[in-house]
Amino acid sequence: MSDSQTRTGPSAAAASSEENPERRLNMIDAINDALDIMLARDSDVIVMGEDVGYFGGVFRATAGLQEKHGKTRVFDTPISECGIIGVAVGMGAYGLRPVPEIQFADYIYPGLDQLVSEAARLRYRSATEFIAPMTVRSPFGGGIFGGQTHSQSPEAMFTHVSGLKTVIPATPYDAKGLLIASIEDNDPVIFFEPKRIYNGPFSGFYDKPVEPWKKHKDSVVPEGYYRIELGKARHVTQGDALTVLAYGTMVHVAEAVCADKGIKADILDLRTLVPLDIEAIEASVEKTGRCLIVHEATRTSGFGAELSALVTERCFYHLEAPVERVTGFDTPYPHSLEWAYFPGPVRIGEAIDKILKD
Amino acid sequence: MADQLPDSTDAAHTADRSNKPSLSLHVPEPKYRPGDTADFSHIDIGEAGGMPRPDEASDPAQMTDFAYGLVRVLGEDNQAHGAWNPKLPGDTLRKMLGYMALVRAFDERMFRGQRQGKTSFYMKCTGEEATSVAAGMALASDDMVFPSYRQQGILIARDYPLVDMINQIYSNKADKLKGRQLPIMYSARDYNFFSISGNLATQLPQAVGWAMASAIKNDSRIAATWVGEGSTAEGDFHSACTFATVYNAPVILNVINNQWAISSFSGFAGAERTTFAARALGYGLAGLRVDGNDALAVFAAQQWAANRARSNSGPTLIEYFTYRAEGHSTSDDPSGYRSAQEREEWPLGDPITRLKDHLIAIGEWDEDRQAAMDKECAERVKAATKEAEKNGILGHGLHHPFRTMFEDVFEDLPWHLQEQAAQAIREREIKWPDSHPKDGAGK
Ligand SMILES: Cc1ncc(C[n+]2csc(CCOP(=O)(O)OP(=O)(O)O)c2C)c(N)n1
Ligand SMILES: [Mg+2]
Repeated sequence: MSDSQTRTGPSAAAASSEENPERRLNMIDAINDALDIMLARDSDVIVMGEDVGYFGGVFRATAGLQEKHGKTRVFDTPISECGIIGVAVGMGAYGLRPVPEIQFADYIYPGLDQLVSEAARLRYRSATEFIAPMTVRSPFGGGIFGGQTHSQSPEAMFTHVSGLKTVIPATPYDAKGLLIASIEDNDPVIFFEPKRIYNGPFSGFYDKPVEPWKKHKDSVVPEGYYRIELGKARHVTQGDALTVLAYGTMVHVAEAVCADKGIKADILDLRTLVPLDIEAIEASVEKTGRCLIVHEATRTSGFGAELSALVTERCFYHLEAPVERVTGFDTPYPHSLEWAYFPGPVRIGEAIDKILKD
Repeated sequence: MADQLPDSTDAAHTADRSNKPSLSLHVPEPKYRPGDTADFSHIDIGEAGGMPRPDEASDPAQMTDFAYGLVRVLGEDNQAHGAWNPKLPGDTLRKMLGYMALVRAFDERMFRGQRQGKTSFYMKCTGEEATSVAAGMALASDDMVFPSYRQQGILIARDYPLVDMINQIYSNKADKLKGRQLPIMYSARDYNFFSISGNLATQLPQAVGWAMASAIKNDSRIAATWVGEGSTAEGDFHSACTFATVYNAPVILNVINNQWAISSFSGFAGAERTTFAARALGYGLAGLRVDGNDALAVFAAQQWAANRARSNSGPTLIEYFTYRAEGHSTSDDPSGYRSAQEREEWPLGDPITRLKDHLIAIGEWDEDRQAAMDKECAERVKAATKEAEKNGILGHGLHHPFRTMFEDVFEDLPWHLQEQAAQAIREREIKWPDSHPKDGAGK
């Protein structure tokens, strides 16, 4: 991983930003900013979804965009995820660059056929005659007492499909740069937004007061256009004790646990699951010899299984301990036992102890 | 990268259309937004008693008028009119009124409970009570219902215990659904009330399937399902209509057109062009469009469809035309997208007031009894709330034991879930040692 691709603070982006380097945004505002910029830069960009138009989205991610860019660029849709993704394929075939929103990742399933059988394979089956350059934005993950239909992390269902890219930001700075790169990408991108950290990073210690983003270094979001290349991980912290592979909300939880335990970990925020930054992963595991994988999604056939296989296949002779996975349990996301389900500090702490034991 | 994109304007054989106007996209827009004066005089509500009542075995092709008109019984004069008057006895009408009043009292208190932090979420059905209470009362108690999240009125009209509803809303240790579901996502098999899903419209084909099963088994029970007008856009609606018509399934598909789907008005489900009842026509289903704030019309239409289904005459799609008088849920503030005035201006009034006024007009009721009934409803809900609170409120420890999180994923507990259950219990001992007040439920 070269230095230009590794970012430990927002300063790396200063080159492509304009004035006001200290502007702080939460993740919602950073996403809104990215959409606003892309709507202004490229007349082919279209933003649509349930409640995204006049109202500006149930999480306010598209607030003000219809008023600014007009009703044929930013609009509400019928409640049909199949229709939303399907028309996005058609718009892409015309030459537009649609950015559909699925209100919750838990509601993406009616659109699966259009995503899996159509958008993902259009380039291949037409030998590039047609492509599907859409970015499907959707809030995902738990931690807001949303019960089983407002909490899921279905990323592995999409990483399993050839032809889909999967992007998950963990900070406001990254959310903006990754979303812009996703919109500019000519392939379909699933852009999952960890809703638990929309308004502030989350340490996993749910009974502590919520920290707002403005206290976090990565909430500095430069104005104007900048992109973060897909397929590049971010070093959250550098260390020799072990490698931690995480994305989304769990980046912050892992960071807090390591800080709490006084462990110098090499924490990588993967940012893009497909394509994956395999070089950064290999370099880190070769350095530390130990690897912990953390995700909120269910365990069986989760993306952690893929990561574990890759690390074992490619770094076997560097490993000093078995690779560990910390994940959500293999149950639907329960309502009242949300914090018993969530892969929080205790589960992560135990796994770290186990990896470091000998 | 833009040069990789296909450019349709390069097409070789573009005809000369230079004298034609360019295409433009239509994006629906509701008539009124915040601050606007709402005026619904453009809505043709017809006359109470104005629609004839067709034979229950009618051919859908002969019923097109019913998909565009509005079946109404209660008139401005508070009297029941016309062929759709179900002619219910005073006792039944009072019962109907009582259930609707209880639903409203229940909604008020649960909404407040959420605001007080006793639970995470709540959804009212204010203004729509008739569409579940009166419709539910027109079915037999062993008919199976597949509701959406806004049909608490059916449970209440089937005398489901309020305490059990509140235990579910509080996700507490007495919650029959073991704290797993979001508040109001009830399930009550003993009351022939199907488990509610958070995923919209999924219940529609399921109801058709239940009805097909009942027909396969030569049973006499029918199925009824409810869905919001916004959700009819989902593909499941089409699947349900197609299967219902193909197999002549003994099912009733109720579309609750309350004009809004969160912030999106009914135009985003196609209401600018046609009615929801008219969807029936293309499928060959019987379609009825009914005043949803008129409890007698709601009852009569549901009864008509139930008789039709039960006699193998076919499925019915009913649009109940109503208005969502409050926010979508505790997470929603409608003042951000619609005129606050709409509720007052709604031409079909309030279902409880209308039924009450009717009962008074026919000498079966008076204001004193109404006041006493309202008070009794509030007290019943209050008592049930107190009772439920003994079992805990959300986030205060009195939940189901951790092990229950792993049960019912499958019928049995495979090795990986056994290991994960052991992990969860070990974590609990670290996070909440026994003395900790947060854990009232043990392992
Ligand atoms: C498949 C799916 N997509 C989106 C949602 C989010 N959602 C929940 S309720 C709702 C609006 C539904 O409106 P309508 O069908 O009119 O029912 P109402 O709320 O008015 O009763 C939406 C979009 C969902 N629950 N499921
Ligand atoms: Mg609605």
